[in-house]
Amino acid sequence: MAARKSAATKVKSKGNRISQVKATNGTSLVQVDEVVLPVRLRIAKAYKMYVGGAFVRSESGRYFQVKSHETSIDADPSVINIPRGSRKDVRDAVLTAKNAQEKWAARTAFNRGQILYRLAEVMESRRDELISSLVRGGATAEKAAAETDAAIDRSIYYAGFCDKFQSLVASSNPVSGPHFGFSVPEPMGVVGVAAPEAPALLGLVSTVLPVITGGNTVVAIASDRDPRTAIVFCECLATSDLPGGVINVLTGQAAEMAPVLAKHREVIAIDAWTRDAELRATLEREGAGSIKRVKTHASPSERFWLEDGEGQGLGWIERFLETKTVWHPVGV
Amino acid sequence: MASLATKAGREAASLARPPLQDFFPLYVPGPPPVDQVAVEERASSLAKRSIKKGAKVAGLKLAIAMMDLTTLEGKDSAGKVRALCNKALRPLETDASVGPCAAICVYPNLVPVAKRALEGSTVKVASVATAFPSGQSPLDIKLQDVRRAVEFGADEIDMVIDRGAMLSGQYAKVYDEIAATKEACGAAHLKVILETGELGSYDVVRRASEIGIAAGGDFIKTSTGKVQPAATPPVTLVMLETIRDHYYATGRKIGMKPAGGVRTAKQALHYLVLVKETLGDEWLTPDLFRFGASALLNDVLMQLEKERTGNYQAAEDFSKD
Repeated sequence: MAARKSAATKVKSKGNRISQVKATNGTSLVQVDEVVLPVRLRIAKAYKMYVGGAFVRSESGRYFQVKSHETSIDADPSVINIPRGSRKDVRDAVLTAKNAQEKWAARTAFNRGQILYRLAEVMESRRDELISSLVRGGATAEKAAAETDAAIDRSIYYAGFCDKFQSLVASSNPVSGPHFGFSVPEPMGVVGVAAPEAPALLGLVSTVLPVITGGNTVVAIASDRDPRTAIVFCECLATSDLPGGVINVLTGQAAEMAPVLAKHREVIAIDAWTRDAELRATLEREGAGSIKRVKTHASPSERFWLEDGEGQGLGWIERFLETKTVWHPVGV
Repeated sequence: MASLATKAGREAASLARPPLQDFFPLYVPGPPPVDQVAVEERASSLAKRSIKKGAKVAGLKLAIAMMDLTTLEGKDSAGKVRALCNKALRPLETDASVGPCAAICVYPNLVPVAKRALEGSTVKVASVATAFPSGQSPLDIKLQDVRRAVEFGADEIDMVIDRGAMLSGQYAKVYDEIAATKEACGAAHLKVILETGELGSYDVVRRASEIGIAAGGDFIKTSTGKVQPAATPPVTLVMLETIRDHYYATGRKIGMKPAGGVRTAKQALHYLVLVKETLGDEWLTPDLFRFGASALLNDVLMQLEKERTGNYQAAEDFSKD
């Protein structure tokens, strides 16, 4: 160590506890107090899809590349590889979501709320990471911060709604006869979501959370423009007590995967937000073939997602619920 | 120590040491040990084949024709067995070219029900017997169990071996029980369940397979389905190789039945690959290869429908049991 130290010349002032020094052979060293260490290589992350509570590569082994707008923030290279999901990945994710659905719906509404609240806590603690990911995806720092904050708040919003929406959409019906008639909401099952191309984070959060609030499970296709932020969000999901399989996020081309979701008979409903009019038409046609509830939308403006009055609400939960009406004799 | 190189030396050595049998009275010279690593490697390499399109459909239809549709639960009722029989006769409502299954496998009490429901069809009725699934009853009770099942009309008997005897080295007892059961079966085919999950090692599986075959079993079968692990590809491979070696030695063809643990269409196809690669096309028939399964059929049907329509199917579209 002493020999190494003597071979180095300091390039920064003595007052710093940590300073860059340059070795005589030209390699960079870092000095921490009295210890001189070589500058370490930073570890780049392998981005993976989130299925069944685990981070997985595509079964197909395919990747697509996404360019970063700024790379100085962390270890990522300027171009990163993102798994390109295949139809088999879709099928695996649907099976996982199907297996998770009954248990998720059987949890108490209060517990589902606790878990979504925990999600907001984890997102808050990873707020900087979410923002920097959005910046690398092309957003300005201000917009990225506003989007992240709105996404965290949306999680809190649906956490609160978990044990309240039932009372708002259920009813005791007037019937003529010695019966009670109750209508109560029930989850539908596995819902396929094609998240909007933009905003990458808020769009995904706003479309997926109301669906699971109602007790459904989700297979979502993340925005292919900024899939990295979706994956960072999945890291929040993975550490938030959300059971594996409740939210599954695939990355890749929506045009390739969404029709498979729409055709899959195990998927009970599909919610597609895409600017691709042809894809919307395909999804409507394929979804009709297996009698799904199909909702397609041309992606609205970013303003729409940011506004509380538009991007969230009871209606968002109600879209993927079934109503069960029960007749019960009076006096029994 | 006397030298073994000279005749005198060998005589001296044989005098000095009692025969091996005195030390190990239960020792019977057995088959060569099974190479665990090689067996597992080969089974997993054969499971990596990708079978698509036409070959896949043909394989899946064959798998259905080889299926022993099984219900072995305490809550089995006549109604459930009748429903299962209907499913065995016509597994896919929309396509008569699929099925029928090879057999229905039930407890002895339900054999008459199945027999009536399957009258006039090619579907056989198999019954478990010999104090299934533990086999821990006196021999005369086990034989009585078999005789009654045959009287009720069972075409095939699935017996369990005494694993306690097998593991403690009482191979003669295991052999005698199988031979006695075969006799009690009469014309009915005998499948010998080894319960490989309780046997501990491939060596014991190999030896149990040889005993089962030598004592007169028409089929050897991996498991009862009540013990985990049940059928696995390596254990099936060990048994298939025993069948192959027996065929080379005697020319007699023994059947194989993996049971329990085969749940998906893909697994079923991999078992068929295992059979074809070990025993060849002659064994790819319901007479010599069966799947003992309950959940497998629906998954195979879902895959067949997926191949036909191009859409992945929902489990709830197919009848359970």
